[in-house]
Amino acid sequence: MSGNSPDSAVGGPPLFTAGGRGPRLFSGTGRRGTVVSTLSTVLVLVLIAAVFLLAPGARTVAHAFFYPKDAWQAFVGDPRKGYYSVGGAIWLNIRMFLAAEVLILPVALLIALIRQSVHPALFPIRMLATVYVDFFRGVPLLLVVLALGLGVPGLYLPVISHQPDAVYGVAALVLSYSAYVSEVYRAGLNSVHRSQIAAARSLGLPHRTALRYVILPQAVRNIIPPLLNDFISLQKDTALVGVLGVIEANQAADIYASATFNYSSFAVAAILFLILTIPLARFTDRLIERDRRRRLAGATI
Amino acid sequence: MNAIGIENLRKSFGPNVVLQGIDLSVSSHEVICLIGASGSGKSTLLRCINLLEPIDSGRITLLGQDITAPNIDPNLVRRQIGIVFQSFNLFPHMTVLRNVTLAPSKVLSTPAAQAAAEARELLARFGLLDKCDDYPDRLSGGQQQRVAIVRALAMRPQIMLLDEVTSALDPELVAEVLDVIGELAAGGMTMLIATHEMGFARDIANRVCFLEEGRIIEDAPPAELFTDPKDDRTRRFLRRIVDAKRL
Ligand SMILES: Nc1ncnc2c1ncn2[C@@H]1O[C@H](COP(=O)(O)OP(=O)(O)OP(=O)(O)O)[C@@H](O)[C@H]1O
Ligand SMILES: [Mg+2]
Repeated sequence: MSGNSPDSAVGGPPLFTAGGRGPRLFSGTGRRGTVVSTLSTVLVLVLIAAVFLLAPGARTVAHAFFYPKDAWQAFVGDPRKGYYSVGGAIWLNIRMFLAAEVLILPVALLIALIRQSVHPALFPIRMLATVYVDFFRGVPLLLVVLALGLGVPGLYLPVISHQPDAVYGVAALVLSYSAYVSEVYRAGLNSVHRSQIAAARSLGLPHRTALRYVILPQAVRNIIPPLLNDFISLQKDTALVGVLGVIEANQAADIYASATFNYSSFAVAAILFLILTIPLARFTDRLIERDRRRRLAGATI
Repeated sequence: MNAIGIENLRKSFGPNVVLQGIDLSVSSHEVICLIGASGSGKSTLLRCINLLEPIDSGRITLLGQDITAPNIDPNLVRRQIGIVFQSFNLFPHMTVLRNVTLAPSKVLSTPAAQAAAEARELLARFGLLDKCDDYPDRLSGGQQQRVAIVRALAMRPQIMLLDEVTSALDPELVAEVLDVIGELAAGGMTMLIATHEMGFARDIANRVCFLEEGRIIEDAPPAELFTDPKDDRTRRFLRRIVDAKRL
């Protein structure tokens, strides 16, 4: 019943713990392990650098893609010379990402709840939701962006057809990602054990209340890592909105490259996207690890 | 008036007929134990009474009212019937206190402060006051099951259904949960208890019902049923239990 390891209780030698650390796959323990991992990291980096630096076209590539002066000019931009600041444009990616994210979370949840409903009267919407998910998971996002960005203005509807292109881009991201994220939600809802539903209903909680206070909190907790994973991917996919001529980071880099025949602007855009996504990726890793530890701790009770 | 009346209740899962015409009435303040082999339908019977399973035919009444009628709101019925499961089923993402106050505050609209005060009172009565702010995974099985009982009691039910509430517990934790049930019985709570603990059934029950293949074979006071069973099938079941040293 207690969560302590049985070994320490009987005073025998601990089986798996060396130097106070738990067993870890793929990593040596102690100082020797640190030395080995440092050496191998340095070796790998040196090899990669060597390939780039010693290749026959190394100088040309370095000049075309990684030239500091061009990188800096692309970063700050210069409207008089006909190109935009990549650093300023990434701000649009961030805003598109945030707007899309705020909409995707509730829309996807709604779709998941509709698909999980059982009431016979809801059959038609349930079917619509299924068709929606199948459709938007199947059609490439780029096509959805183009269809909305070129198609909706062509309809000449009041208000709807007169939005900035970025709005159509965000709408396309929401349509497409809601389909994916609704499936993540559905997996989460299914991961909550049926006995939890029975316990909630047996207390007289109406369906809605049981969902809100008992099922959803547990479902969402289970899917935070895959949700974040989808959002990392969403951050990058904001670059696709550039095909509508919207000046986001990728598009700004492209304009710089055509104006100056130097591609260092793309390296700048790539680095900016990395700066956005890597923290979220590390954060996801941390959550997954914490969740794993909590599960292991729970299993001993 | 009967607390619970069951008339000719039938229930099947697909081709598997689980309850084949159950008749049973439970008077107020009465404690009835259901015994029977695994798969005889004890859990299914309790789940039907709490309207967690739709029934095929028959009638169930709660304080004289037909709760299997089509226009009945199951949530109103469930407020009055507490059920505790073998596997506790506490809400893992809520503290003990929140587990207990959730239903009173969301279903009965009890003000938060009052719900908390009542919950603390109940938890204190069963020796769980110091666990209020803990999450369920910090509690022993016995403590979790006592919290589950308190959670059901917090709705002030007319009757409690207990489904093998000690089966998932280590032997040394069984007593603390049985004590709680004994205290409820002494307080006059009407209870229908499915159990494999024959000694406990003998001590606490006013009547013991022996189920086999979805029928109540014998229904008698414990002194009679355990010492002088009338039916051959009851006798055989009890002999198996004695052989397994559980009586
Ligand atoms: N949800 C379900 N779907 C299909 N069959 C079920 C379901 N629940 C129970 N059954 C079947 O109903 C029969 C009776 O099960 P029940 O759980 O009521 O027995 P029990 O007397 O409580 O047994 P135990 O002592 O093992 O708890 C079993 O054959 C079981 O397989
Ligand atoms: Mg059972």
